[in-house]
Amino acid sequence: MTSELPGPLLVIEDLHVSVGDREILRGVDLTIQEGETHVLLGPNGGGKSTLLNTIVGMPGYRVTGGRILFKGVDLADLEIDERARMGIGIAFQRPPAVRGVRLRQMLEVAARGEVAEDAIARLDEELNLGHMLERDVNMGFSGGEAKRSEMAQLLAQMPDLALFDEPESGVDLDNIAVVGGAMNALLKGEARISERTRAGLIITHTGHILEFVNADVAHVLYSGRLACKGNPLDLIEEISSHGYDACVECKLCQTLS
Amino acid sequence: MPDTQLSPGAIARLEEIRIAAESAIDKQAALGPDVDITRFKTVSEQQKIETLESLQKQVKETVIHSGFMADESDRSASYFQMDRTPIYERVQKAFDDAIEITSTEDALRLWPEEMIEKYWWRAVMPDKDKYTALVALHQTEGYFIRVKAGRKVEKPIQACLFVSESNVSQNVHNIIIVEDGAEANVITGCNVHVDVKEGLHAGISEFYVGKGAKLTFTMVHNWAADFSVRPRTGVVVDDDGVYINNYVLLTPVKSIQAFPVAKLVGKRSTAVFNSIVYGLKDSIIDLGSEAQLIGEGSRSEAVARTVSMDQSTVYSRGRLIGRTNDCKAHLDCRGIVQSAESTQWAIPDLASEGAPGAELSHEAAISPIAAEEIYYLMTRGLPKDEAVSMITRGFVNIDIPGLPDVLRKQIDKAIEETSKEAM
Ligand SMILES: Nc1ncnc2c1ncn2[C@@H]1O[C@H](COP(=O)(O)OP(=O)(O)O)[C@@H](O)[C@H]1O
Ligand SMILES: [Mg+2]
Repeated sequence: MTSELPGPLLVIEDLHVSVGDREILRGVDLTIQEGETHVLLGPNGGGKSTLLNTIVGMPGYRVTGGRILFKGVDLADLEIDERARMGIGIAFQRPPAVRGVRLRQMLEVAARGEVAEDAIARLDEELNLGHMLERDVNMGFSGGEAKRSEMAQLLAQMPDLALFDEPESGVDLDNIAVVGGAMNALLKGEARISERTRAGLIITHTGHILEFVNADVAHVLYSGRLACKGNPLDLIEEISSHGYDACVECKLCQTLS
Repeated sequence: MPDTQLSPGAIARLEEIRIAAESAIDKQAALGPDVDITRFKTVSEQQKIETLESLQKQVKETVIHSGFMADESDRSASYFQMDRTPIYERVQKAFDDAIEITSTEDALRLWPEEMIEKYWWRAVMPDKDKYTALVALHQTEGYFIRVKAGRKVEKPIQACLFVSESNVSQNVHNIIIVEDGAEANVITGCNVHVDVKEGLHAGISEFYVGKGAKLTFTMVHNWAADFSVRPRTGVVVDDDGVYINNYVLLTPVKSIQAFPVAKLVGKRSTAVFNSIVYGLKDSIIDLGSEAQLIGEGSRSEAVARTVSMDQSTVYSRGRLIGRTNDCKAHLDCRGIVQSAESTQWAIPDLASEGAPGAELSHEAAISPIAAEEIYYLMTRGLPKDEAVSMITRGFVNIDIPGLPDVLRKQIDKAIEETSKEAM
């Protein structure tokens, strides 16, 4: 099955996306190969979450130009759930609370069926879920709890492409370590179901999460485009000392177009 | 009715009830569409049966939807009334000395003085409206259940009021007494035969929860689309007593209007009302509850979940009346309207009567399922219709103690069917 897929896992070509009547993304190009972990940097409000939401197919993010190919298939006409079943997963920055639906049920949904007790026990151990399993998902969860819950759902789903929207925001250091550990297990770990090597795309502001997860390459989303790419830690360092405006001009960046 | 040896006091009281009822026979109810009660004849006599298994197959299949099991291994006692006849009354051997179950008319014959003094039309007034009057004047039995002091009976007691004919009114008067320190879990189903069309069910229920006693009362209604239903319920709860009322309505009905009242007269007494209501077809549903917080330290909570479809109209009411300084109560009623032709009202109603310390609160909401929540479930791979039904199931999945499994499954099934339609 996997060997029949010749091209990259994800190809985004000249993607234009509008929210309401505002164009947020203005020609994004990005290719992610199997097994790669990419980082997405960029100023607040720059459109990073917009890109992730567009990939998963959230309504309201209108593609006005370009296309997204996943495993060679154009996603344009696919619903959110179809994309998920094809192997796209996301950990939201601020997932909504759903009254009456427990985290345990979300894990079952993500795993498509009953989750074996020992699988739950492993997730519980890794992410310290405890009583959260029987609580309504995200209802009154603390920042750290919400992130751990998102990670548990991704680990149950085991998507081929995992998208992480600011996995470390609003989380203390202990929780970052736990979340980072789970990301590592997902992207690089051995607990894989399929043969495929998983890929990831991580939005981060601070780069703290990169102490736990090895990323191959970072991109800066600036003015609606991926303005440059480079080594993740170097780019973060450059941005934290000189800011985004300077960064996209600097020599560290390999300009794309 | 009781024989001649009644005390003058008891005779006078029965006379008082009769006069009050006669004065109210044309009195329209405060809520709900008016029903012309003169159109219906009284339900007929039926044959007694030896075992529940001997009920018609179709009847058994109907009543199982309200949690009534022909196989009594998970039940402590059973009462089955077909039309006007109590065709089956039985207490399981192990509970012989803990439970009394009979028809109310037999109870009145057996213990006339006690019944009239303490329980007969003491929690519901006969002149409340034409439906109470109808039952007071033309009663067709009803169940009497008593759980003896100190006996905690976990296994449910089941009662079924069944109507097999069209164009009749069944006028039942039910009494449940849970004596001091006792506990009971009563499941009652009201059902009609599949062929029944029009009819009226007027049901008076008077419940008495003793000191430190607990009554969990679960009622499932399974009516026909042309049936009118007018229950009138009064509950009196003594010191440290707990009353839990669960109500489930999943089938269409012409109209139902009920507003059970719990009088929390005892210190630290509690009343909890849980209800799950599906408004289907052109049903008119007007339901609510009232808690009167009279005893020091009394508490109450009412949780209602309403999903309305088709052309249904649903009123979800809740009234809390604080009459003592140390009391606390909360209402939580939420509705989802799933059809552009359906109407829902949420009507919370709070009063503190000379009780400056009373803490009464409510949350009432009518809103659709948030699209954001549906999308969230979809990102985990769930198709839209399944996401909607899962969230709807969660919405009505309130924690109902004592709800039989079969009912939980029924509720799930109703949600699945209606969520598909709603797409
Ligand atoms: N669902 C939405 N509704 C309205 N505006 C949105 C929505 N999502 C994003 N935007 C707008 O798009 C722009 C980019 O936002 P976002 O993608 O969240 O940026 P980032 O994640 O890089 O901080 C912002 O101006 C934001 O207000
Ligand atoms: Mg963002």
